[in-house]
Amino acid sequence: MNLHEYQAKSLFARYGIPVPNGQVVESVSAAIRAVESLGGTRWVVKAQVHAGGRGKVGGVQLVNNVQETARAAEDLLSRRLVTKQTDASGLPIHKLLIESAQNISQELYLSVVTDRKKERITFMSSAAGGMDIEEVAETTPEQIFTITVHPACGLQDYHGRLLGFALGMNKAQVQELTAIMQGLYRLCIENDTSLVELNPLIIMDDGGLLALDAKINVDDNALSRQKELASWRDPTQEDPEEYKASQHDLNYIRLNGNIGCMVNGAGLAMATMDLVQLHGGAPANFLDVGGGATAERVTEAFKLILSSSEIRAILVNIFGGIVRCDLIAEGIIAAMKEVDISIPVIVRLEGTNVDQGKKMLAESGFDLIIANDLTDAAQKAVASARNN
Amino acid sequence: MSILVDKNTRVICQGFTGKQGTFHSEQALAYGTKLVGGVTPGRGGQQHLGLPVFNTVHDAIAQTDAEASVIYVPAPFAADAILEAADAGIKLIVCITEHIPVLDMVRVKAVLAEYDCRLIGPNCPGIITPGASKIGIMPAHIHSPGRVGIISRSGTLTYEAVFQTSNEGLGQSTCIGIGGDPVHGMSFVDCLELFAEDEKTEGIIVIGEIGGSDEEIAADYIRAHVHKPVLAYIAGVTAPPGKRMGHAGAIISGGSGTAEAKYAAFEQAGVVIVRSPGLLGEQMKKLLGN
Repeated sequence: MNLHEYQAKSLFARYGIPVPNGQVVESVSAAIRAVESLGGTRWVVKAQVHAGGRGKVGGVQLVNNVQETARAAEDLLSRRLVTKQTDASGLPIHKLLIESAQNISQELYLSVVTDRKKERITFMSSAAGGMDIEEVAETTPEQIFTITVHPACGLQDYHGRLLGFALGMNKAQVQELTAIMQGLYRLCIENDTSLVELNPLIIMDDGGLLALDAKINVDDNALSRQKELASWRDPTQEDPEEYKASQHDLNYIRLNGNIGCMVNGAGLAMATMDLVQLHGGAPANFLDVGGGATAERVTEAFKLILSSSEIRAILVNIFGGIVRCDLIAEGIIAAMKEVDISIPVIVRLEGTNVDQGKKMLAESGFDLIIANDLTDAAQKAVASARNN
Repeated sequence: MSILVDKNTRVICQGFTGKQGTFHSEQALAYGTKLVGGVTPGRGGQQHLGLPVFNTVHDAIAQTDAEASVIYVPAPFAADAILEAADAGIKLIVCITEHIPVLDMVRVKAVLAEYDCRLIGPNCPGIITPGASKIGIMPAHIHSPGRVGIISRSGTLTYEAVFQTSNEGLGQSTCIGIGGDPVHGMSFVDCLELFAEDEKTEGIIVIGEIGGSDEEIAADYIRAHVHKPVLAYIAGVTAPPGKRMGHAGAIISGGSGTAEAKYAAFEQAGVVIVRSPGLLGEQMKKLLGN
């Protein structure tokens, strides 16, 4: 789950990580009140959306007076933000973060991730802040410094010295960085984050450090014990269908093709999309209905798939493991009765009681195309989508 | 022969009396797995499915000499269950549980390094040596004893490979689902090492998916150390970057972990690849001849 910048910064503040003075607003009048109460002469108006690349598309605006603040707030609150990380329709902007502008002497990069290869929490840092870190890693990997933390002893001060001196900091700054890293490590452990990114972490004119931007991803598997963070979820920033799917405990991801896929198991669901493409078609989605494949779940899955107007055929691919194929067939038939489907549905069933399951589907009265194996299923789905 | 488990492997179940534990223990017993008891804290001294229930894994080992444990306890308690099994002296821990927070696994893996034990999973179907021992949630009837070793990050794709190799008359020596989580127990390489040594295993199927670099590391290992036919399939060629495809570990992040990169690594290592999961059995039959 992603957090907004303002949410991430409120967590930073709890852990003693310095952030700019700021306020979150939802209206133009509140934006004006915010700059008045923050004081000073320059502020930044930042659109709160779950996507990077805001700065390049006007999502972060520098303002020098009340009039400019009003104009920026009005502009941002009335449109969607399209960045290189969003799709063409972009994301709605419901909240703005208004902050005092900072005098930047240098921009650094700092992040905390779980490195799956090392199986450890890892800090990554670079003096090339504000840039796309993947680009830095690609072009100048020697500019990226990493340290890895053993969970038994946690982050040590020497880790901070290692990174700080490598980044060219003076002694006072190294101490400040170490304190920030200690805060970040505790934040990571106590909040089950999978990514915390400060890009940039700035050195100000007076030499002090400050987290100018903040990005946090939380481990979805930990949300059951991170109740406060779970309550911070903002569905307006998610694909509406993907959000709906998650409410039904279905794993659904929208793609651009026209062949809907309904599969049990994440691996087989990916493989089914690949098969469709391999045979010349275009998958419309990833959808894992899970092991149960009950009438209720299959019904919800059909509805989700049909929510896209592009769909020309649906491929149902179920490998009945422990669950018997006749029960799965029952689920599919019940769902077909519930949902009005006017496009071809191709079903590939395999596993216990498969013959009985296939017979039930064939005799159901619905116009189902029964496939014999994976290849047959993909070929029939692609042909059906073409002809429909 | 087989790897890790055979008909003599003494197994206990953690989360024995729960719904999942009960159902899959019944299935395991029906298959002939040497299940010798189970653990449910607070129910020690009782009987369940005709087997003794213990309060702790330590008690269970003292009474049954169990070597392996299969874990069905819910995610919030699973890390604790794995560590208990290791501390009690279990040599093979099979964790089926899905949705364990990744930082729990980071701590678990650091501690497991101190013990002489192996972990399979979490978020996996388990391990089976067909005709001998089934430790996990895989459907028994599709398996047949035979010549192919199977290692996979995905449950249902393991079943596809099993089903096809059974239909081709090849059968399986042992099948291991290593799980779909980013931080997990046995890796492809850990399993390959054992399959390479196993006389019964004539060919190996590796089923990977997007995310991480386990497949690339496996490819390097195969090139240097495995002198048996290896067949690889990678799921997720069409997966969009930045999206988690069901499994916690199945995500292309920062351009790394793509299916194409993994295919390329296998091809460079001389591993035969298939682009369709429907061809796993057929292709393995070709590789093994008759």
